[in-house]
Amino acid sequence: MLLFHVTRRGLMAAGAALALTLGTVGGAQAQTPPGVLIVGQIAEPKALDPAAVTAVNDFRILMNVYDGLVRYKDGTLEVEPSLATDWEISDDGTVYTFTLREGVKFHDGTDFNAEAVKFNFDRMLNEDHPYYNTGPFPLSFFFSAVESTEVVDELTVRFTLNAPYAPFLSNLAYPTGLIVSPAAVEKYGADFGRNPSGTGPFKFAEWRSNEAVVIEANPDYWDGAPELQAVVFRPITDANTRTAEMLAGGIDLMVEVPPVALSEFQSDAYTVYEQAGPHVWFLILNAKEGPFADRRVRQAANYAVNKEALVNNVLEGTADVAAGPTPPAFAWAYNSDLEPYPYDPDKARELIAEAGAEGAELTFYVTEGGSGMLDPVAMGTAIQADLEAVGFDVKIETYEWNTFLGEVNPGLEGKADMAEMAWMTNDPDTLPFLALRTAAWPDKGGFNSGYYSNPDVDELLEAARVATDQDERARLYKEMQTIVQEDAPWVFVANWKQNAVTSDRVENFTLQPSFFLLLDDVVKK
Amino acid sequence: MTGYILKRLVSAIPVLIGITVIVFLIMALIPGDPATAILGSYATPENVERLNRDLGLDKPLVQQYFIWLGNMLTGDFGTSFALNRPVLDEVLERFGATLVLAGTAFVLCSILGVFAGVVSAANQYGLADKTITFVVLLGISIPSFFLGMMMILFFAVNLRWFPVSGMWPIYGDRSFGVLLSHLAMPAIALAVVATGVIARLSRSAMLEVLRQDFIRTARAKGVHERNVVWRHALRAAMVAILPVLGIQAGFVLSGAVYIEIVFQWPGVGRMLVDAILKRDILLVQGGVVFVAACYVIFNIAVDVAQSLLDPRIKT
Repeated sequence: MLLFHVTRRGLMAAGAALALTLGTVGGAQAQTPPGVLIVGQIAEPKALDPAAVTAVNDFRILMNVYDGLVRYKDGTLEVEPSLATDWEISDDGTVYTFTLREGVKFHDGTDFNAEAVKFNFDRMLNEDHPYYNTGPFPLSFFFSAVESTEVVDELTVRFTLNAPYAPFLSNLAYPTGLIVSPAAVEKYGADFGRNPSGTGPFKFAEWRSNEAVVIEANPDYWDGAPELQAVVFRPITDANTRTAEMLAGGIDLMVEVPPVALSEFQSDAYTVYEQAGPHVWFLILNAKEGPFADRRVRQAANYAVNKEALVNNVLEGTADVAAGPTPPAFAWAYNSDLEPYPYDPDKARELIAEAGAEGAELTFYVTEGGSGMLDPVAMGTAIQADLEAVGFDVKIETYEWNTFLGEVNPGLEGKADMAEMAWMTNDPDTLPFLALRTAAWPDKGGFNSGYYSNPDVDELLEAARVATDQDERARLYKEMQTIVQEDAPWVFVANWKQNAVTSDRVENFTLQPSFFLLLDDVVKK
Repeated sequence: MTGYILKRLVSAIPVLIGITVIVFLIMALIPGDPATAILGSYATPENVERLNRDLGLDKPLVQQYFIWLGNMLTGDFGTSFALNRPVLDEVLERFGATLVLAGTAFVLCSILGVFAGVVSAANQYGLADKTITFVVLLGISIPSFFLGMMMILFFAVNLRWFPVSGMWPIYGDRSFGVLLSHLAMPAIALAVVATGVIARLSRSAMLEVLRQDFIRTARAKGVHERNVVWRHALRAAMVAILPVLGIQAGFVLSGAVYIEIVFQWPGVGRMLVDAILKRDILLVQGGVVFVAACYVIFNIAVDVAQSLLDPRIKT
């Protein structure tokens, strides 16, 4: 019993100490300060050098620190002037001449001019450039068409391409085309990624590894100083923890809210945003061998999968049903006459019977998760059930993401009949050009892992790439979409809607179809 | 004693070399490579090849291994592909955070566990024993990450007593009290299971000792019961408890991985998980070698402490 006295006294002392600590620090969990926006990010950024990074997570910071020569017009995927005020394209589509904005300065005080633009592209593309070693630059192939960059005068720069390449302008609007300060690269070398300097609305302030990246307002921004004093990007990799931080008031803005957590934010204290983006989730079908070599069976698969149920039940409304290979976010190039394949199991059975593919065995590659893959295991299982309902015998093989890419990208021949896949691109050219042309079969270095081949589609895509007139390009892409939908090389499933949640203290926030996070107009009370 | 310690340290060298070989081979043999992970959708064979060349991954494996090992012996662990900073900086910084978390949890579970075990044993089958046994079994049965999530929901989201995640506040000063408020929940969540295990094993170790003759002698001589239990019996039982603490230290360190993810603690466990998913080869290798070396040294330290406590263990 004596022992127990000691215990109780000890416990009380410990309890009192704990209560005291709680009392003092309890007050510290106050609101975040006004004018400072705390953003819950999904991961620690790799670097703040736009030429060196590849992840949307990093782009979300970069787009607020840098500008490109052009940018996407608010709410669209069409380019408008940014650091370049105007440009001219030669008739053959190979020479682009940009007039640059006057009086713009980098955050480090140096001038933005034609020399700076040339430095940026030479650094990425020219292996002999003294600062090529500040790479590697994984996405520099976006500009592989650039043969040379010349300084015409202080405010005029000219790009010469080795062949007409229509996506050039929208690639310039992509983060890989953001312009960095040459003086800062020269000063910091390979450490530039942690000491960034651009021309954007915010300038870099501080990077505390694994805790936060802080950027603060650039009062001299050429397009008007931002409303916020500062933005803090916090990496919170676990989605549940990110949700808890949002609920507890530790962050003001949260991106990539898990579908199941959306219901937590249905009160006046929060605003939920949604924006469809240039994303498409599809099933690659092996058109070279097996049952899917027959177009009717591929169409049957499109009829058999209940896409409405997938986006509403599995994805909880965080995606729309896809109609074809091009996401509607590319408004100018999207063929709005296309209707998604309806859910029609009877029609599917009919087509399967016509093709004599009843009871065919299918091997289906599913991934556990990956960039843009949404909820691949649950989706794969639902698709399996739909296909078995029309008489297929579907066997799922699940792989971790990197392994999955290693299996799928070299082609499905001899291994599988179908595979999940998702793409997010910045130009309507990218995905079909890399994944639907005959010249993009895996053995030729492309991503056409299902071996789809249609000479008409090839021709349309080649023509669209060299057309300099946007209306002409749009017409070609729309025609391509009609043919591809009919040929059904893929099961077109979903277009993801990016979401975000803000607290009621945040105003003027919008999501962009590009999935970039632009914060220069945001206000926080 | 010095000779013993030296001998143990020398015998650790082949272990460490073995670890470098194993971790290098695992990273080389698992499917997927860093270039594919970095390029994502754009991983065409051509792009992958170019990036592998830039990353220095196009050399033969054996050559890569010796370059890595040689650099490491000179203190150069390489640069992380995914974080673009020196591996050693990242590992040391992260390991510091893990030590703070795991160290606190270890101190908590050692003190509470041994204390509960002793109280249990001294009151065998009494009310205190039964209560402690019940609580301990409950603690052992709850997975730590689940407990962590529940603690976040209750104490951080509903009551707002503690911050949800992280090690430091993102603004404001960095005082000890602020660290403590961030540390409280993850350290407790991490300590619960180990506390239970230590309590159970301390209890049986104590019961064993309390039955021995020297305890009866002490009682017969009129030594106060408190001294019998806490001085005489506990000291003798420590020989059996200490290895348990050593093993639990390992469990706490590995259990920290889950807790670091749930509470976004910037520790080495979370770092390794991220690095593996991104195929950040050098960071995984460097991190594993560093942590393994710490384990080896810690185990030597436990053995040494044990031989100091119990002269029967030969040095």
